[in-house]
Amino acid sequence: MRFHFKTSYDHDIRLFPDWWNFSLYAALLLVLLGLPWLIDSFYLGEMTNVLIWSVAGLGLMLLTGQTGQVSLGHSAFMALGAYSCVNFMELGLPFLAAFLLAGVFTGIIGGIIAVPALRLHGVYLAIFTLALSILMDDLIVILSPWTGGVNGYFAPEIWIFGIEINRWSAPETWYYLALGTALMVTFFYRNLLRSPLGRSFAAVRDSEISAQAMGVDVARTKTLAFGLSCAFAGLGGALMGLFAGAFNNETFNFLISIQLLMAIIIGGLGFIHGAFLGAIVIAFLPQFLSIVTDQLGSTSIPGLETGVFGMILIAFILFEPMGLYGRWLKIRTWLQLFPFARRDMFRRQKSYLKTERLR
Amino acid sequence: MDVLQLLLSGLANGCVYGLVALGFVLIYKATEAVNFAQGDLMMLGAFVMVGLVNPQYMGLNFWLAVPLALLIMGALGYMLDIAILRFMFGQSQTAVVILTIALGFVIRFVAGVIWGHEPQNLHSPLALGDVRMGGVVLSLADIAVIVVTLALTLGLWQFFQRTKLGLAMQASSQNQMAAYYMGIPVKRVQGAVWALAGVVACVAGILYASKGTLAISAGFIGIKAFAAAVIGGFGSLPGALMGGLIVGIIEPFAARYFPAGYSQIAPYALLILVLVFRPHGLFAQVRVKKV
Repeated sequence: MRFHFKTSYDHDIRLFPDWWNFSLYAALLLVLLGLPWLIDSFYLGEMTNVLIWSVAGLGLMLLTGQTGQVSLGHSAFMALGAYSCVNFMELGLPFLAAFLLAGVFTGIIGGIIAVPALRLHGVYLAIFTLALSILMDDLIVILSPWTGGVNGYFAPEIWIFGIEINRWSAPETWYYLALGTALMVTFFYRNLLRSPLGRSFAAVRDSEISAQAMGVDVARTKTLAFGLSCAFAGLGGALMGLFAGAFNNETFNFLISIQLLMAIIIGGLGFIHGAFLGAIVIAFLPQFLSIVTDQLGSTSIPGLETGVFGMILIAFILFEPMGLYGRWLKIRTWLQLFPFARRDMFRRQKSYLKTERLR
Repeated sequence: MDVLQLLLSGLANGCVYGLVALGFVLIYKATEAVNFAQGDLMMLGAFVMVGLVNPQYMGLNFWLAVPLALLIMGALGYMLDIAILRFMFGQSQTAVVILTIALGFVIRFVAGVIWGHEPQNLHSPLALGDVRMGGVVLSLADIAVIVVTLALTLGLWQFFQRTKLGLAMQASSQNQMAAYYMGIPVKRVQGAVWALAGVVACVAGILYASKGTLAISAGFIGIKAFAAAVIGGFGSLPGALMGGLIVGIIEPFAARYFPAGYSQIAPYALLILVLVFRPHGLFAQVRVKKV
């Protein structure tokens, strides 16, 4: 067990607490950069998928994990990101500009939508956002001049600085695009968390009333959290739509946003690692299940995927509410403290619920 | 006549939404949790009924099967509470929301495995007759839906206002710890309300299946029922029914008078408008606490 003797505030907020930690992440980055030479193109495609889900997951994590607001409507913002990216590209913008602009655009729209949504709490916010994601499906059909309606869009060719990003002929280009986006978003996210804004996110999550008492502008904080979260989700959605090759009004249905929520809960709410771990689960589970059903020699069972997913999620909420990363933290603490770890160290405090109707 | 016909068919649909919304409100009123799986419970109730009644399964008499199905679903609701939801006692609302979403997925999966994904018809005596009044045609099922819904809403409303158990349920939702101090067995009360919600879901399911074909995806009407519950204001039983009726009546009129593509938006657009302008529903239950 290492002890960090902190002598200044800079010490407390630096990105990596020590050299060992830094070298771990540097090694991980090297492995990720070298991955195209290590695995075949099928698994590279799957890894790209994982990274895309992580980008969208980080978006929802910022809102749900850091600020404590549940959204069941992030598929709507993913769709917005995908469609606006393609539209910006059709206006003649280069891909990179269109992609980033799509994120900004989605973020601004998200921020605008957040203003009425702010007045809602807990369940009401969840239902509001659920309605948004259902409406998005119909809106895409209505706005067919910009969205192609039910026929949808075929992803246009993507060129970055003279290199074509093509999923089939050069899967590693797509992988690096997704990796670059994920790194950018993670870096931004990590820096955000140690800024005053990130601290006020956590304050709002833990208690709105105490946040207000400490001088945090709750409304502004929530709006910014919603906007930023939507911007990330928009980037993730743009990547997902383009990676799929073709997308229409049904690509981003509300089940996607529920899957996204499940991913971050399984991964671990409130941890950056959680978004990545959840994305790994969500991207590899279908493959894993199809392999298992093949092994058992049975025909594919319709709905198995969502069913198993639901069961895993129930198990996590009941037995490990902190998710996969939380489990790892517990194991790590146990190892670090080795003979001295106590069993009840992470026990949930007993709590009683009061109504929210009388405030 | 045209308007009247639309109104009546909307009324019948709205009653089904109202019934599912009633289930939401029941659980919300007594446990402060929102059960996103209520629509799927309704679907399950309908399929249990199909399993009991239809000739290719058990082929029981319809009127014999109704109490049996209600009993099964009531027991199932109680089991769900004991097996899963009791572990969430005292946890935040959002955790329960996510848990019940997952529960809905599992219920849909299990029902799909047992009864298959083909749409089925319930062999219901309600599905047969039509009643003509003037120029308006109403099926027997529609009338049954309206009558049963009204009776059930009235009964449950009185149950919450008058009976000891109903008051205990309200108390245990308002403040769990205080309810314990008053000698209310909060956990058992919550089990009772889940059983009740299972029964209500089963009633809704039987009526829904009598009105038309039944598929695994039927549970998704839960989302419309949500809109209904929110429009009525979560926590108010007559409000839930009113919300259901509003959503049910808006739908056929929107389909008739709006251009195609816009009509299915109407209930959700209304939901968003209500949430923006009256965040706690038309029959709000939120009062500011005096300190």
